[in-house]
Amino acid sequence: MKKELPSKVKNIGWALLFVGIVIYVIGYTVNPREAAFNNVIGFLFITSIAVGSIFLIALEYIAGAVWSVPMRRVNEFLGGLVLVAPLVALPMFFHLHDIFHWTDLGAVGTDELLKGKQPYLNLNFFIIRFVVVFALWNLFYWLFVRNSLKQDLSKDQKLTTQNIRLAAVFLPVFAITLTVTAVDWAMSLEPHWFSTILGVYYFSGTVLAAVATATYIIVKFHENGYLQNLKRDHFYSLGALLFAFINFWAYIAFSQFLLIWYANLPEETIWFMKRWEGGMQFVSVLLIIVHFAVPYFLLLPQEAKMNLKRLKFMSIWILFAHLLDLYWLVMPTYANGVTIGWMEIGFPVLIVGLIIVMLGYKMKRHNLVPVGDPKLERGLKFRL
Amino acid sequence: MSTKQLYSITALFDSPDEIIHAASETSKAGYTKYDVNTPYPVHGMDGAMQLKPSRLGFFAMAFGLLGAVSAIGFMTWVTLIEYPLVIGGKPFWSWPAFVPVSFELTVLLASVLSVVAMIVIYFKFPNNAHPLHDTKYMKAVSSDKFGINIQAEDPKFDEKAVTEFFKSLGGKEITPVYFDEDELSHGQKLFDPKFIGILAVVAVIASGTTYFIFNQLMFMPPFNWMMTQEKLKAQKPSELFSDGIGMRNPVDGTVARGFLPYPFKGQLDSVGKYLVNPLLPTKEVLETGKQKYLTFCSPCHGNFAQGDSRLRGQFPNPPTLHSDKVRNWHDGNIYHVITEGQNVMPSYAPQIARDDRWAIIHYLRALQRAQNAKESDFK
Ligand code: HEC
Repeated sequence: MKKELPSKVKNIGWALLFVGIVIYVIGYTVNPREAAFNNVIGFLFITSIAVGSIFLIALEYIAGAVWSVPMRRVNEFLGGLVLVAPLVALPMFFHLHDIFHWTDLGAVGTDELLKGKQPYLNLNFFIIRFVVVFALWNLFYWLFVRNSLKQDLSKDQKLTTQNIRLAAVFLPVFAITLTVTAVDWAMSLEPHWFSTILGVYYFSGTVLAAVATATYIIVKFHENGYLQNLKRDHFYSLGALLFAFINFWAYIAFSQFLLIWYANLPEETIWFMKRWEGGMQFVSVLLIIVHFAVPYFLLLPQEAKMNLKRLKFMSIWILFAHLLDLYWLVMPTYANGVTIGWMEIGFPVLIVGLIIVMLGYKMKRHNLVPVGDPKLERGLKFRL
Repeated sequence: MSTKQLYSITALFDSPDEIIHAASETSKAGYTKYDVNTPYPVHGMDGAMQLKPSRLGFFAMAFGLLGAVSAIGFMTWVTLIEYPLVIGGKPFWSWPAFVPVSFELTVLLASVLSVVAMIVIYFKFPNNAHPLHDTKYMKAVSSDKFGINIQAEDPKFDEKAVTEFFKSLGGKEITPVYFDEDELSHGQKLFDPKFIGILAVVAVIASGTTYFIFNQLMFMPPFNWMMTQEKLKAQKPSELFSDGIGMRNPVDGTVARGFLPYPFKGQLDSVGKYLVNPLLPTKEVLETGKQKYLTFCSPCHGNFAQGDSRLRGQFPNPPTLHSDKVRNWHDGNIYHVITEGQNVMPSYAPQIARDDRWAIIHYLRALQRAQNAKESDFK
């Protein structure tokens, strides 16, 4: 059941990876500050896909889902990105002062608000959190995948039970660690501002990005004879998941806006004001259209969720939307107004390269389908 | 007299795949009057039965739009036309606040009314009788079996052929279902004594519970804790303060904002010298003055201050304010009357803010001027 990526695709992956690294290097030499901010976007993007995939694995186990078993390996392969995400974050640690205002101890000393937040927002604790969060993710990822791969040979049902228990432990850990990540890397960019829902906001984008990536890969595989046994019912479920999280994102995004708009407190509204001036208002409106309106209507019809072409298109679209979403979160801190240059466009190349290379690496070593999973049979026969 | 008639032949299957197969074979075989009953909606059934797309979606769409439009329309009407109120310093028409309500109403109407439409259109409410009711077949398909039945009305129907046909598909428990014409047409059991009885019991329980909750339970601990907690009540003694007095005096030597004492009590004659109208008769001031005058003064003094309101003859007649006396008064004197009242006219200090009082005076002056225009005003 091992199937390798065609070498053409693998070469493209390596090429993109190489180009991506070159872009990073040039970016950091030309304008380290802008590069660092773009790096935040890239880091959050790859983290989204990586942890989102682990979340989907855990979700399958805890919910006892059957339909997703034949495709679970794709999530398991993508989850491997948690190991490289810290590498993507690495350059930023040399430029934390460019990104985070709260690292400026002089400013913190004269600023009552920052002083109050110092017990959380200080360099040492920040780094500790980063290390702990990624250690936990890697640990759980490793455990999940180890059990799943072992099962390929042993076909032992106990391994499924183990993973179910693991999922029950992982999900609360995931909720906290993902919130910490969102707070650390997105919210603390503007250390005066706070929004208790931002963790959930990032979570909605995370799952969306993970499902979209998996959907694109699964459909591509299916078309090229890798996962031939999938049926309409499987694709419909993927489409429905995408559709559900499109709505979830809009729901959370609007909730965040509504409460801040209602209370009208200056320290909260400032964040939205920044996204409503100097051209950013067009980006904000664009975000609503790109991230919600268009995918909503394109995925609404029942047939659309089973139409492979539409699914592929929507997956890529949603990945772009997530990128735009992160841009909207991060970039206004870099400079007021819209910042768009070759870095904003070029930086995601690295991430795409990483995904393809990771996929090629994992596929070479592991079965594409969890052949030992006791639910596989039912999963293949799955019907709505 | 009951005449049993054949309604349909039924067959049961074990899995959704089998029923899909059976349904598509049946429609291929040319039967038109048949139906499929499953414990849950089976995806792909419409295609297998070659049904036309359901119209219910359009109903849902219409009902949803109705919900959205009525929610937005109602809130727009309330906030813009009927009762404009400034809330939190926001514009009257603050659409973000409408979104949750509109969304809820859209979903509510779309779902509830679609169900109602389905019951009325497809189940022909209020008729609730159907030959399949209370059959073994119905019991099976509402738990774990998948059933199909071809009706005797079908032009191709033939009892033997249909039985054979089902057998060839692998159907189990192939049984005919009979019905009684009489029972069906008189089958509106809506007013069945048993049903009405249960309805009455439910009504009594529901209203009894509600009564109990609102009149008894709310006054039992812990629900009454909020009522019995330590708090201040207007005009009541209070144990919170050592002197036992609930209503507090202002702190010595302080004056609350907007509560400057009026220093000219009882000095109508001299006040005109000291008090000067601080406002200019601009358009806005006159507009405010007009509004406040019409609200507070016109019920007694009349719309044009001629003392001709409806109260004339029912109350010590409110005088015209176009008298020489009032025209020659200083603004301060009128201010004094509004603030202190005069004889039967009560004080309006609590109702009308100070600036508004001055605005009323400007408006009053305009009214007076209109009644006694000078030659030069016409130029
Ligand atoms: C409850 C009915 C009532 C209302 C409302 C009322 N008044 Fe009067 N007002 C009277 C009566 C009655 C008198 C005559 C009192 C008296 O006998 O001296 C009077 C007297 C006056 C006088 C003195 C007239 C004079 O010749 O001595 C002025 C000025 C006046 N009102 C202004 C106002 C203004 C301005 C308002 C609106 C803020 C107002 N009133 C509201 C009943 C009313």
